[in-house]
Amino acid sequence: MPVRIRTALLPFATLPLAACAGRQSALDPQGLQSEQIFQTFFIFLIVAAVVWIAVVTVLCVGMLRRKHGADRPLALHQSFERTSGRIVFVLGLATLVVVLGLSIVSYAGQRIVFAKDEHALTLKIIGHQWWWEVRYEDDSPDRSFVTANEIRIPIGQPVKVELETADVIHSFWVPSLTGKMDLITGQKNELQFTAKNAGVYRGQCAEFCGLQHAHMAFAVFALSPDEFGRWRDHENQSASSPADPLGKQGEQLFRARGCALCHAIRGTLAGGQLGPDLTHIGSRTTVAAGTLPMSSATLAAWIADPQHVKPGNNMPKMPLQSDELIAIVHYLEQLK
Amino acid sequence: MSIAAEQHALRDDGLNGLQLSTRLESIWRTPSGFLGALMSVDHKVVGRRYIVTSFAFLLLGGLLAVLMRVQLARPENTFLSADKYNQIFTMHGSTMMFLFAVPVMEAFAVYLVPLMVGTRNLAFPRLNAFSYWMFLFGGCFLWISFALNVGPDVGWFAYVPLSSLQYTPTKRPDVWAQMITFTEVAALAVAVEIVVTVFKQRAPGMTLDRIPLFVWAMLVTAFLVMFAMPSIMVASTSLILDRLVNTRFYDSSSGGHSLLWQHLFWFFGHPEVYIIFIPGTGMVSAILATFARRPVVGYPVVILSLIATGFLSFGLWVHHMFVTGLPQLGAGLFTASSMLIAVPSGLQIFCWLATLWDGRPVYRTPLLFVVGFIVIFVMGGLSGVMVASVPIDTQVHDTYFVVAHFHYVLIGGAVFPLIGAVYYWFPKITGRMLSEKLGRWNFWLAFVGFNVAFFPMHILGLIGMPRRVYTYTADMDWAHLNLLSSGGAVIFALSFALLLVNAIRSLRSGALAGDNPWDASTLEWATSSPPPPQNFDRIPVVKHRDPLWLDSASLPVVAGLSVERREVLLTSLAEAEPQIREGSPEPSIWPLLTAIATTVFFIGSIFTPWAVLWGTPPMAVTLIGWFWPAGSKEDEE
Ligand code: HEM
Ligand SMILES: [Cu+2]
Repeated sequence: MPVRIRTALLPFATLPLAACAGRQSALDPQGLQSEQIFQTFFIFLIVAAVVWIAVVTVLCVGMLRRKHGADRPLALHQSFERTSGRIVFVLGLATLVVVLGLSIVSYAGQRIVFAKDEHALTLKIIGHQWWWEVRYEDDSPDRSFVTANEIRIPIGQPVKVELETADVIHSFWVPSLTGKMDLITGQKNELQFTAKNAGVYRGQCAEFCGLQHAHMAFAVFALSPDEFGRWRDHENQSASSPADPLGKQGEQLFRARGCALCHAIRGTLAGGQLGPDLTHIGSRTTVAAGTLPMSSATLAAWIADPQHVKPGNNMPKMPLQSDELIAIVHYLEQLK
Repeated sequence: MSIAAEQHALRDDGLNGLQLSTRLESIWRTPSGFLGALMSVDHKVVGRRYIVTSFAFLLLGGLLAVLMRVQLARPENTFLSADKYNQIFTMHGSTMMFLFAVPVMEAFAVYLVPLMVGTRNLAFPRLNAFSYWMFLFGGCFLWISFALNVGPDVGWFAYVPLSSLQYTPTKRPDVWAQMITFTEVAALAVAVEIVVTVFKQRAPGMTLDRIPLFVWAMLVTAFLVMFAMPSIMVASTSLILDRLVNTRFYDSSSGGHSLLWQHLFWFFGHPEVYIIFIPGTGMVSAILATFARRPVVGYPVVILSLIATGFLSFGLWVHHMFVTGLPQLGAGLFTASSMLIAVPSGLQIFCWLATLWDGRPVYRTPLLFVVGFIVIFVMGGLSGVMVASVPIDTQVHDTYFVVAHFHYVLIGGAVFPLIGAVYYWFPKITGRMLSEKLGRWNFWLAFVGFNVAFFPMHILGLIGMPRRVYTYTADMDWAHLNLLSSGGAVIFALSFALLLVNAIRSLRSGALAGDNPWDASTLEWATSSPPPPQNFDRIPVVKHRDPLWLDSASLPVVAGLSVERREVLLTSLAEAEPQIREGSPEPSIWPLLTAIATTVFFIGSIFTPWAVLWGTPPMAVTLIGWFWPAGSKEDEE
């Protein structure tokens, strides 16, 4: 089907479905690829609806039809057998034609969705049970940094994410921007997408990856190119040292109590690699991969007993006094 | 047996009427008492057990489904923990696929195929008994593990590396993998029996183009089982080897690959869906012909569609793997081949519609379920066409859209026909009718409940709800639709409770059925209800596709089978011309003992590799007992 007709149909598609807009919805596309997929879906939907209505109509008419003639099972009419044979044959052919047509529509959509752009902004995403490592890599090492669970991208520019996993299979999925792609052990996959509008889009792991699969969300912030540049410059910097005594105490405790075995904070001695990088954690919007909204209370709740918030996750409960907890939370909060 | 003994043997042409019946009954009946019951090799006894057991697993699996729906009815519900939820959805999927859907279809075949092709037992009755015991023990093993809190929790698809020792160090995936082997042994055994029975034991005159459509469907299914199941057995055995003795089939870090699992699994997993659906179509054809009061339009078209569906189903597995990063062009081709399967499915639907159109339908409960099947299954098929498209699949894969889609296909395509089949064949199997009034309630509860439960899931998937999540937050806007869906699930579950009530009531006090209460056309209705142990006093001769409609007064029969020992008549493959008389095995305890030995072996091997050593002698002994050449009765005398 020509692109023009598809675009012409689009407004009708959005009417009944507008109610379904959401932060994580394939029905409310905000990116080039998701829009293309939605159009393909819409064509399929129309065809499916027509076919289903036709079948059910024939079924109902067939059931209600007044039937004449003998009531004997084997009193068949030669003429009916012949015509019905022909009709079935023609319908079979029609099915074939429809199916081939839809295959072509699908393939055309697929070409666009998976088109590659050489100049895409490239980042690497590594799945962990149950959080996301996000690496912004650059040719010069001092322009590279690592963050977690939140991805910022510029609108209007193609973004390429390289997908790898540190453990089991996960799946990267931001329905508002594009379809999903798995992160597979021993394999590198990639996915390209372009956000059209600024906004925050939720994403979630879509492949069952163990106990806390339900709590493996992330957020994509689509920013204007200027904003994105500013954010990148800021994020690139190491963590600033706390000025106040409580913060200083927190920084020390972070190392002394073992947090730094797993977590890294750039610019400090904390260099653990097992858990999320916490360099700018104070500026993130959620705790524990979308499990809780970020606040000092939720941060404290998490550190005090991670197994209560997200049972079975890989962060152990650390033995902390309550004043130690307060200091650490205070320190982390100001890592903006 | 020596020639001389053969000449002395008493044949049925010398006997008549009651005398013949009693004679045959005494040699074909299952020995009495508890031990006798354990020894039974009668396909009807085994088939009945098979049916009841698989329905018990349906109820258990359904119970788990309701628990899941309770958990998901509200956001951030704490009814189930993450651990319990993961076990429950794994158990639900595994139970429904391996312990209900495939076995129940084979169970109906075990009961019906010999009756429908006009013979006295399946080709390998002891293998059949063994198959049932393996199925029973495998299912109990899985459920006992679940009760002991070592039930599998990595999904019914058990993807590596999550199911590897490294990421799931408990025994749970081992339990899952061994259960697969159990049930596949059972499924393969039944498949072999069906193929041989249909090819070699059809009544004289039942040429290939006179075989009832249900039997055709089961024949195609049996071939699918034989080609698909080995793939999952290879997959699960490699998995358990990786886990127990450190092989590296799936370990990407040392030369294996995690995607190997997915290829092997889906090469089985896709045909699996057709293994469930094709028997459903056979049931639909049988019911439709009887209640539309005319043969199904386009008999050859339906058969060719069945065969084409069977073939095509093997070329589609990759559509479960569109988002694993396969080469794009290949994925595109799998889109086309997946959609192609709509053509044979469509042809069958058109034939059924034409049958209803021209028939003079009698709307009894079985036919209602067939009508419900068409409405629901067509929708599931169409959402299947959507899922087959690569771009659409990248959005809906692993979301509730897919959960909706495959329940439309599985429940619409298999469970609705199956419940119809229960109403249809209950009188034959038990001799009593199910209540028509409760039947109607049953249908409407099922139809409404099903759609309310599963239709909203399409939308949930599109608005972003992934599957296999045990909870979600209120701000995701999924709460209302989930609540609706859970309500529907409860209604749907009630419909099964009603079926149970109906069955129990009818067993006690249902109206007597008589031989052929629906005035149907196929041979199983030519015997009394329930059929006697020998099925037919004399093997019928078939001259028409609908023998009971053509020769309703009296079927022509062949005579000359022994009345002193169990004998079946073998016929030629295509034309079904009588070839020879062949002995049929006596009841035996050995299949049960072999199954017990095999069970010990399988379960033991989870805990210690040494089980392979000490587990084999008992199996060998029981197998020797099973195959010990028995002297024929004449020789002993
Ligand atoms: C009372 C009827 C049923 C209800 C309410 C129901 C509900 C569900 C739900 C909610 C899930 C999704 C679990 C999740 O992704 O978290 C599910 C999965 C599944 N269902 Fe059902 N179901 C029913 C009957 C059946 C039947 C009859 C079959 C097969 C013949 C079946 C086969 C499956 C399979 C294979 C899965 C996938 C399990 C997995 O993801 O590992 N279900 N069901
Ligand atoms: Cu994940």
